[in-house]
Amino acid sequence: MTPIWNMARKEFSDGLRNRWLLAISLLFAVLAIGIAWLGAAASGQLGFTSIPATIASLASLATFLMPLIALLLAYDAIVGEDESGTLLLLLTYPLGRGQILLGKFVGHGLILALATFIGFGCAMLAIALLVDDVEFSLLLWAFGRFMLTSTLLGWGFLGLAYVLSAVSAEKSTAAGLALGVWFFFVLVFDLALLALLVISEGQFSPTLLPWLLLFNPADVYRLINLSGFDTGPASVGVMALAGDLAVPTAVLWLCLALWVVGPLAWAYWLFGRRAA
Amino acid sequence: MMPVVEIQGVTQRYGHATVLHDLNLSLAPGEVLGLFGHNGAGKTTSMKLILGLLQASSGQVRVFGRAPSDPQVRQMLGYLPENVTFYPQLSGLETLQHFARLKGAPMSQVATLLEDVGLTAAARRRVKTYSKGMRQRLGLAQALLGEPRLLLLDEPTVGLDPIATQDLYRLLDRLRGQGTSIILCSHVLPGVEAHINRAAILTQGRLLALGTLAALREEAGLPTLIRSSGLQRAALLQKRWSEAGHVTRRWGAQGLQVAAFNGNKLDLLRQLLDQENPSDVEIVVPSLEDLYRHYMDSPAERAL
Ligand SMILES: Nc1ncnc2c1ncn2[C@@H]1O[C@H](COP(=O)(O)OP(=O)(O)O)[C@@H](O)[C@H]1O
Ligand SMILES: [Mg+2]
Repeated sequence: MTPIWNMARKEFSDGLRNRWLLAISLLFAVLAIGIAWLGAAASGQLGFTSIPATIASLASLATFLMPLIALLLAYDAIVGEDESGTLLLLLTYPLGRGQILLGKFVGHGLILALATFIGFGCAMLAIALLVDDVEFSLLLWAFGRFMLTSTLLGWGFLGLAYVLSAVSAEKSTAAGLALGVWFFFVLVFDLALLALLVISEGQFSPTLLPWLLLFNPADVYRLINLSGFDTGPASVGVMALAGDLAVPTAVLWLCLALWVVGPLAWAYWLFGRRAA
Repeated sequence: MMPVVEIQGVTQRYGHATVLHDLNLSLAPGEVLGLFGHNGAGKTTSMKLILGLLQASSGQVRVFGRAPSDPQVRQMLGYLPENVTFYPQLSGLETLQHFARLKGAPMSQVATLLEDVGLTAAARRRVKTYSKGMRQRLGLAQALLGEPRLLLLDEPTVGLDPIATQDLYRLLDRLRGQGTSIILCSHVLPGVEAHINRAAILTQGRLLALGTLAALREEAGLPTLIRSSGLQRAALLQKRWSEAGHVTRRWGAQGLQVAAFNGNKLDLLRQLLDQENPSDVEIVVPSLEDLYRHYMDSPAERAL
């Protein structure tokens, strides 16, 4: 345990030193508060509308931001240390590759979790304090779930970042791949699903299509956050498919958790095969 | 006593290129071994095998009687990589603290080591601002964390000025006195002779010579040079010695150099002092560099 914690400690203090933690927290807080009050502006209203609408907007935003931030934070975790020569040194120390990787994950993961809870937590607090007759229990539940899933989403993309980092021979390659992965999960995947839906005129196995959503952690994340409201916001895009997806929320959570563990295990395997 | 490092019949390949051929080498406790060779001879590769960073293509490497990748072995090991680099954004102090934690070394050692390598004044500056020599010294301090019983130094003097190099040698002597086993690899270094027990000369992945300097000198049969100056009748002495079959050369205006092969040295000296009244005599034993050149040249000769 101690070696992992020692590695994590360095990553975390790096995050403090280069102001990542501060910057992400601020970004989340500002965006969340902005969305809470201006999000409904498109529909001609100003000011806070409802918790489900706010969460829906926030989730759409976090779907873009969280993966990007996680990938940026961690894409050079292994290849960067290799390029700078410090990996060689680390590998001669009494700690295993798994411990190095887990240590980095704990450090990066802590930064993401803290930034999420500080940033979005501030927005939640602002809503609780400034909006009249807001339903506190619903606010706490919805925001709590939103922050927890956002963190898990971020962790999943940390794992994917380590995968890229473990296979790349150069930092620039890893950066390019990271951008590609982000593009794929955040844009291409959903567009491809929609295209499939449109082109096949709904004929493509209607029972199978919704399940495909589970192959994208960003979609799983949005599914969780859009569920469970009495008066939910109208689902748009691929989220409309979710109506046909008859899985309990617990399965979605499990899926999101697998999206954290899976890439991490994959990264461990790849890192183990990487030449020193 | 169990050898600290034992390399038995190790061959190392990178793809189709064989960079080490059937290497056999062992290191006794408290011994300092100098591993010398040209660029690409296989010095760094040998160290990486001992560190368990590479898996030998064939043959066996044991360190403290165990596999090199054993965490317990790593605990007892200090390594200074060639061209060592650190996290640029950390200070020297933070760097050492980080590595001390990873190694489980006491924090109190950090300040002592910074002092030992002369970095106390720069300890709070970012490593980014360090010169090559300072980084090298920080690397050395890093290698000494946790009082390793085996120290592997890959080209430790690169970037060090002559004074820092002497400091390093003194440190090596002190560590050897404490029983630390050391492998030092480099190109041939002037002045390193006095600080190593044995030398190994490696070229193109083959071990050409291995032994104490005295043994290598004997084996190589290189002459000791006797240089005298301020002679009255240098020409006469040269003629006499040449007739006796010695290799001579004029040395300066009134001087003479004669090559003394095995055992001839004292005899020649006696003759010199009997027949002449030199103002100065210099005795030049073959240096490590001479030995190195000798061994480097000989395989070509054998091939002819
Ligand atoms: N990762 C590698 N892949 C392929 N060849 C390598 C690799 N590392 C070293 N070599 C080759 O192995 C040989 C020995 O290298 P090295 O041990 O670094 O030499 P030295 O440290 O004595 O200068 C060189 O010819 C070098 O090109
Ligand atoms: Mg080398």
